[in-house]
Amino acid sequence: MTGGRALNTKKSRLPSAGAYVILGIITLPIILMYLWLLINSFTSQMKHGVIPTGFTLENWKFLWSNVVVNGTEMPSIWTATLNSLLFAGALTVLELVVGIMAGYALSRLNFPGRQGLLKTTMLLHAFPSVALLIAVFYILNFLGLFDSLWGVILVKTALQIPMTAWIIKGFFDDVSWDVEWAGLIDGCTRFKVWHTIVIPLVKPGIAAVSIFSFLAGWSEFLLLYTFILSDENITLASYLQKLMSNPNVINYGVLSAVSIFYMIPVLIFFIFTQKSLMQVSATGGKGV
Amino acid sequence: MKIELKQVCKSFTKGSNAVNDLSMTIKDGEFVALLGPSGCGKSTTMLMLAGIYKPTGGMIYFDDEPINHVEPKDRNIGMVFQSYALYPHMTVLENIMFPLKQMKVPKAERIVRAQAAAEQVQLGHLTARKPSQLSGGQQQRVALARAIVKKPRLLLLDEPLSNLDARMKIEMREEIRQLQKEIGITTVMVTHDQEEAMTIADRVAVMKDGSLIQYSTPMELYNRASNLFVAQFIGTPPMNFLKGDLVKAGDTYAYKENAHGSVLGIRPYDLKLGNQGNVVMNATISLVEPLGHSNLVSARIGDTLVRFFAESSYQAERGTAVVCSADLHSVSVFDKDSGYSQNVESCIKEAFAV
Ligand SMILES: Nc1ncnc2c1ncn2[C@@H]1O[C@H](COP(=O)(O)OP(=O)(O)OP(=O)(O)O)[C@@H](O)[C@H]1O
Ligand SMILES: [Mg+2]
Repeated sequence: MTGGRALNTKKSRLPSAGAYVILGIITLPIILMYLWLLINSFTSQMKHGVIPTGFTLENWKFLWSNVVVNGTEMPSIWTATLNSLLFAGALTVLELVVGIMAGYALSRLNFPGRQGLLKTTMLLHAFPSVALLIAVFYILNFLGLFDSLWGVILVKTALQIPMTAWIIKGFFDDVSWDVEWAGLIDGCTRFKVWHTIVIPLVKPGIAAVSIFSFLAGWSEFLLLYTFILSDENITLASYLQKLMSNPNVINYGVLSAVSIFYMIPVLIFFIFTQKSLMQVSATGGKGV
Repeated sequence: MKIELKQVCKSFTKGSNAVNDLSMTIKDGEFVALLGPSGCGKSTTMLMLAGIYKPTGGMIYFDDEPINHVEPKDRNIGMVFQSYALYPHMTVLENIMFPLKQMKVPKAERIVRAQAAAEQVQLGHLTARKPSQLSGGQQQRVALARAIVKKPRLLLLDEPLSNLDARMKIEMREEIRQLQKEIGITTVMVTHDQEEAMTIADRVAVMKDGSLIQYSTPMELYNRASNLFVAQFIGTPPMNFLKGDLVKAGDTYAYKENAHGSVLGIRPYDLKLGNQGNVVMNATISLVEPLGHSNLVSARIGDTLVRFFAESSYQAERGTAVVCSADLHSVSVFDKDSGYSQNVESCIKEAFAV
């Protein structure tokens, strides 16, 4: 009996060990690259590009003082961080508010032109934002929103909405009509059913979408680089770009340090949200 | 509350009606069962009573008030959905309390009443669980408790017992019946199970393809089916159907097979071995199954297989020729084309005419 069971556990553990080995090998280059980045940011010089020599905090100086690169003074990293946070945060909120309402309408309400709208949403998403740069420039300029974070937030939201609405629609589709009807019969208005019953059921979906849109905002570069000029509106991605603006004299130590700094919020964000990314609410119905 | 449906229609697609010209009256405090095969429009009818679907034609009255355009929340109804439709993110107790919360019942009272409702469906010990942690039958009972907790004016039950085991089914059936009588809620229950409909309901509405076929008391349904479909649907074991005529010979009537004749229906309980009855037919035994208290006999009359009961001591070999008989008044006759019930006389032929 016991022998059999031990054998069993051994058997079931073997394939998972194999999985670890394979996954480990595949992720090794990425891990090594990150490791290199980390070490590089704390050394003054890398021998042959890989062996660190001498420990220094010099590269991290941008955290407490303004650094000068290639003769121009860089804007404060904290301004850039705040701007990045504002950009990603506002994008997430806007995208969620519009996306949830649009997703619900697309999934549940029957209105003329619904099918057409569904198709156009997909089409809109397929549009690369590069193709729109010039048109967007004219519009922003006309609205007086050029070189303003809010202008870019609006543009980015508009570009993201089709996909967000589409994903959230999928989550609403999975909520059975019966549950919604039960709410109506139990004495709620349609709106009350929506926010006391339906929204809690699509929470995992909302969590996933907000994480993705925050990350999309955090890593946005092209729109910000094109439509933001002034230093007080700079974001982290543009800050990094500024460090590399002259390809002949790039300080790789500082670049590594800023890159790591840029990554930290994403890592923290992932640690706190991975649970809700994984969690899928079990429904209480027969087939739903 | 009295409920009246007048020529109610509902169509989802152009040209076909899911519910077709349905007219029926449900008296105050009455228990009505909707019975019919899958897809005949039972759930659709319920959802129209609940106000979820708006009828495409006709009127629905609650106590003589037209309610076609009254929102579900203002109808004061309780409903058990075929899929239970529990709120997955709430505990059992929260689920049951939910209708009370919408009525603004104070929290303390809410908990007491919800707990009492949970006890009533024998779930008092599971109120802290989430629906996903319950079995299908338990979920179904939570749905029942949620439907009755606010003491609605109308209780709609869409197959509320389908997932319970046989014993629990009978227990819950009695519980529902008792509760319904106690507070006198008008109740409509959908079921596939004709036996359930017969035992629990004051009146049974048999539906087919969106139309009401017969609406009467269980006894009448059993004894005087208005139509071949109802006769086939009601009763276990099912009614025996024979195509042919009855040939009158003095006081007795002999069955004579005739593919173009009417359809004769005889309940298995009315068909007996021997010739005591005045409708007599010859049969060959194909199988005798002991049931304990009696034997179920399958036999052939002409080409048709019939079933009837015999004494538990009765034994017979396959192929034995026997005589069996029924009383003329227990024989139902249906038109072979329209399926409508007919007078028995219509299929009696005088001996000399043949
Ligand atoms: N939302 C809908 N859209 C289109 N057709 C529908 C819809 N709901 C029901 N129908 C159709 O209406 C008919 C009646 O459906 P209904 O759900 O009332 O059947 P039912 O008698 O409850 O069957 P069951 O016993 O299987 O639950 C079916 O043919 C079904 O396909
Ligand atoms: Mg149904």
